Order: sequence, then structure tokens, then C-alpha cells
Amino acid sequence: MNIHEYQSKQIFKEYGLPVPNFLTANTTDEVLASAKEISDTNWVVKAQVHAGGRGKAGGVKVTDNLKEVEEFADKWINNNLVTYQTDDQGQPVSCILVEECTEIKKEFYLGAVIDRSTRSLAVMASPEGGMDIEKVAEDHPEKIFKVFLKSPSVGNEDHLPLAEGLELSEEQTKEFKDIFRNLVKLFFEKDLSLVEINPLVLNGSDNLVCLDGKINIDSNALFRQDEILELRDISQEEEKELRASEWDLNYVSLEGNIGCLVNGAGLAMATMDIIKLAGGEPANFLDVGGAVDEKRVAEAFKIILEDENVKAILVNIFGGIVRCDVVADGIISAVEGVGVDVPVVVRLKGNNSEIAKEMLGKTNLNIIAASELSEAAEKAAEIVK
Amino acid sequence: MSILVNKDTKVICQGFTGSQATLHCSQAIEYGTSIIGGVTPGKGGESHLDLPVFNSTKEAQQELEIDATIIFVPAKFCKDSVQEAIDAEIPLIICITEGIPTLDMMKLKQNADSAGCRIIGPNCPGVITPDQCKLGIMPGYIHKPGKIGIVSRSGTLTYEAVDQTTQAGLGQSSCVGIGGDPIPGSSFIDILQLFEEDSETEGIVMVGEIGGTAEEEAAEFIQSNVSKPVVAYIAGVSAPPGKRMGHAGAIIAGGKGTAEDKFLALEKAGVHTTRSPAKIGEEISKLV
Repeated sequence: MNIHEYQSKQIFKEYGLPVPNFLTANTTDEVLASAKEISDTNWVVKAQVHAGGRGKAGGVKVTDNLKEVEEFADKWINNNLVTYQTDDQGQPVSCILVEECTEIKKEFYLGAVIDRSTRSLAVMASPEGGMDIEKVAEDHPEKIFKVFLKSPSVGNEDHLPLAEGLELSEEQTKEFKDIFRNLVKLFFEKDLSLVEINPLVLNGSDNLVCLDGKINIDSNALFRQDEILELRDISQEEEKELRASEWDLNYVSLEGNIGCLVNGAGLAMATMDIIKLAGGEPANFLDVGGAVDEKRVAEAFKIILEDENVKAILVNIFGGIVRCDVVADGIISAVEGVGVDVPVVVRLKGNNSEIAKEMLGKTNLNIIAASELSEAAEKAAEIVK
Repeated sequence: MSILVNKDTKVICQGFTGSQATLHCSQAIEYGTSIIGGVTPGKGGESHLDLPVFNSTKEAQQELEIDATIIFVPAKFCKDSVQEAIDAEIPLIICITEGIPTLDMMKLKQNADSAGCRIIGPNCPGVITPDQCKLGIMPGYIHKPGKIGIVSRSGTLTYEAVDQTTQAGLGQSSCVGIGGDPIPGSSFIDILQLFEEDSETEGIVMVGEIGGTAEEEAAEFIQSNVSKPVVAYIAGVSAPPGKRMGHAGAIIAGGKGTAEDKFLALEKAGVHTTRSPAKIGEEISKLV
């Protein structure tokens, strides 16, 4: 789960991480009032959306002119911000972060993420702050410093390799030690999957300040993170993906024209891949999970069909424990009930698949049965050609 | 021979009286698996599927000789169940449960390692040695005793590989689902090592997917440690970056973990790969 920058900074504050003074506002009047409260002379205003790349998209402004603050608020509130990380629609802005200006002497990167190969928490720092850290990792891996931690207990010197990498002074290293310790504490206590401070800056008085904040939370841990769960902003989530999740369907929309309905995440990805191999383009990833019941299949068809690009649907079910004839029944009534007006290629494999194939063949619906995975993909690709 | 489990493996089930556990344990017993009891807190002393129920793994252990446990406990409580199994030093802990927080798994993996226990999963279909022992949610009837070892991060996609090797007349020595989470209890390398040592396994099928670097690490391992032929397939060539594809661990993050990178690493290490999930059986047939 993602949260907004202002929410991340609020959490940083609770954990003793230094952030600039800020307020949030939802209307132009509030933005102006907040600006006056924050400073007399200059301001940073930032449109709050989950996606990154806001700066380049015009969603961040530094100004000493109150008129420009007003224009910024007018421009973004209740409008969508499109960045390189969003789709063409962008994400809606309903909140503006109004912040005091921070003089920047140096910009660093500080982040923490679960490192899968060492099965530990990797805390990373780089003197190349403010830049795209993935690009730094690629071009200058020697400029990224890492410390690996197996548990929340931080030793007295664990922060030192990073502080040295950032070439901090003795005084700054003391400040950094607290930031490091608190960041790790925050990561473990709030079940994060990622935290990034990019940039962490050295301000005019030589103090370290977190100028930006990005937090992702492990979705599997939300059952014990009630406070975090309250920060969820569903306006930032893709509408179809959101609705799918309410039905326990894993849906990700893609750009092709062959809709997919599959049981199991791995098989769903494999189905997309084989459609591509057959010369087609998948319109989505959709995993209906283990329980292939009629209601959820019907809902899955509805979600797939909302995508106007979809010209055919490929259903690929490996009936392991469930019987294919039962699944076929579900598909037939779902297709009848939803009113599917594109051809549906159905591949049912496993338990009672022959009976299922016969059942599908007998209907008047536009259902094309296939036995094998490649055959199914080829048939679907042929239809949309 | 086989790996991890066979007809003599004595198994208990944690979360025994729940609906999923009941369904899959009944099928496992029917398949011939030696399930000898189960654990559900508060139901100790009762009987379920004609087997004794205990309040805790420790209690079960006082009465029974246990080789393995299969866990169906809901994610919220699963950390405690796995820890209980580690505390009881059960050598093989198979965790089917999906949705365990990653930080819990980090801790459990460390604890299991120091106690000398092996965890398979979580978020996995389990382990099967055809016609001997079925510990998981996979359909038993698609498997056939034979010579291919299968290791996979996915469930239904594993069944696809199983089905193809059965159709090809090769059968399977054992099949292991290591699960789709970012921190699995056992890695590809752990299982590849076992297949390499198993005299019955003549070829190995490895099914990976996007996210992380487990496949790249496996490629390196295979190059210097595996003499048997390996066919690998990686799911998610067409997956977009930054989106979690069903499994918690299946995400391309920061340009890392793409299927293409994994294919390349495997090919560089001399592993046979197939870009088509429908050709896994055909490819391994050519090599054994």
C-alpha cells in the first residue's frame, strides 16, 4: 500500500526524523492561509499524488510570490496530475502540501528496503541525492552505500558505513545516527516494504532535513496496522484494480486486446506470455484464485469487458482440486448473465475436462473450446487479427 | 528415492480442523500420505478425520514421532504456528498459508535456520512425491512416479509442468512449490541441491517468475553445482514494471527482476530455457 508524501512526513515527525514545517490544504483559500502561516517570504507547494515524477510534471513549485502559490493551487486542486509514472489519466489532486523553504547545501539519498537475497533490511545511502536512484545504481554503483540488518536492534556503529559514504562531519554523523536508528525502528514497527528520503539535505545551518518522503507498506501486514490503513486514499488507485480487489480478484490492466481470466498468478502470467508468443497482446492480468465460483467469474468477466479494447477473452483454468465441469457451468452462466459480446476461448484442463469441453460445445454462446495452452492462445490471437 | 517426503514420512497438520485443512488432509490420506494427527488450539483431545487433535505442536510431539508438519493456519496467526513448529524442532515445515507479513518471514527464516528446520513456502502449493506422499493442495492424480524433479514459485503453473512431464511419459521424482513470497523458507538453490543429490532424479524443471533475483542466484549455482539437465521457464515476460502480479514477490521494482534478465542469466549459465510455458515437457524430454 502507498501513502502520500504529507502522510509519510507526518510519520517521520512521530519517529523523530527532521522534516521542514508544513501544513496541508484542500482549497485555494486554505492553501493561501497555510502559506501565510508557514512563512512571510517564500514557500514550497507540492501537489499530493501517490505517483513519483511530480517535479518534472509541474506538480511542485518553489516561489517567493504569493500570487504564484494561488495560481498553483487553482491549477491543481480537483485536477489530475499526469507524470511518467501514471497512465494518461493521471491521479487526482485533492491536497496540497505547503512547506517552508529549505536552503540546500547538499543533497543525499537515504532509503531502506527488504533485500530478498540476504533476507535482511538493506539501508542505503548515496551522496547523489535528488536524482533517480535507480539510475545512480546503474551508472555509479560505487556511489551507493549499504548496511544490512537482520533485526530491529541497531548497533552503535551500524550507521557509520553510510555516514562515511556521505562524507558527513562529526556533528552531522551524530544527527545521522538518530535518523538511521529511527528509520529502522519505523520500518519494523510499521511493516514497511520501502522507505525513501530523496533528498535528505544538509540545510543552511548544516543540519540534516528530510525534504521528501516515500513510504510503501507491506499489504500482507495491514491486518495489524490500523493507523496506516486509515491513510489509504483509494482515489489514487486504478478504479478497475480497486473493484477487482474487493472481489479478491488480482487484476492489472495492460494495453492489448485479449482479455485473460486465469486461476493462479503464475499461470496468469504464463497465459499473457503465451498470448504474446502467438502474436497477440494481453489486455490484462487476472488471477481469480483458487475458488472459481460463478459469482466471481461473472464479476471477472464484467471487469475485463469494461476495457473497450478487449476483442476476445481467453479463459485458462487448470482444474486441480475443482472439477472442470463445475467451472464450465460457472463460465456458461456467467457469460449468459453478463452478456459477453466478444468470442470467449476456453481452455479447461484437469479434472473432468472432457465433460466440460462437451458442455461448452453444446451452448449457443460464442464459446470456443481448446484443449492445450498453445492452441488456446493461437485461437485467441487468430480472432483479434 | 525422492526428496523431502516419501511413504514413511510421518506428518501432522497445524490448523487441522479448519475447512481447507480438512479438505486437503482428507485427500492426502486418501493418496496414501501418513498423516498421524493434527493441532488446533482449544480442540485438544478431540478426534478429527479419525486422528488425534492436540492443543499445541509441543503436545503433539510428546505423543507422536513427527517428521513433518503442514500448516493451514490463517495469515494473522501463522507466525506463531510456524514458530511453534520451529520450537518443537520439526525438521520439515510446509506452510501453505498466503499473506504472511514479510518481516515475520524474515524472523522465522532466521529462527528455522538456527534450529536446523527446513521451511517450504509460505504461499505455496506444497510438496509431493508421486504415489507416496502428498503434502499440499495440488491435485494428486496429475502426478506420476518418475524421474523429473520440479521446483517452482507458482501453484497452477507447476501443475502445468507436472501435467506436461506426465504426458511425456517421464513422471516426477518429487515436486516442490517454494512459494510466491519475497522471502521464501527454501530457495531454488536449496531444492536444486536436493534434486542433484537424489539418485532417482534425472532431470530438473525450474519454474520461476518476475521479481527478486532468486533465479539469477540459481543460475550461478546450477553452473557450478548441478550436473543434471535443467529446463527453466520464467513467467512474466509481458508483465509491466511496478505492478504486483498476484504474488507478493512477483513485482519488477526499479527495473530489477524482469523475466528477460532471468532468462539471460540462466542461458548464460548453460541452462536450457523455454519461452513457451506449453513446451516445458517437450524440452525436458529432449534432455533425459
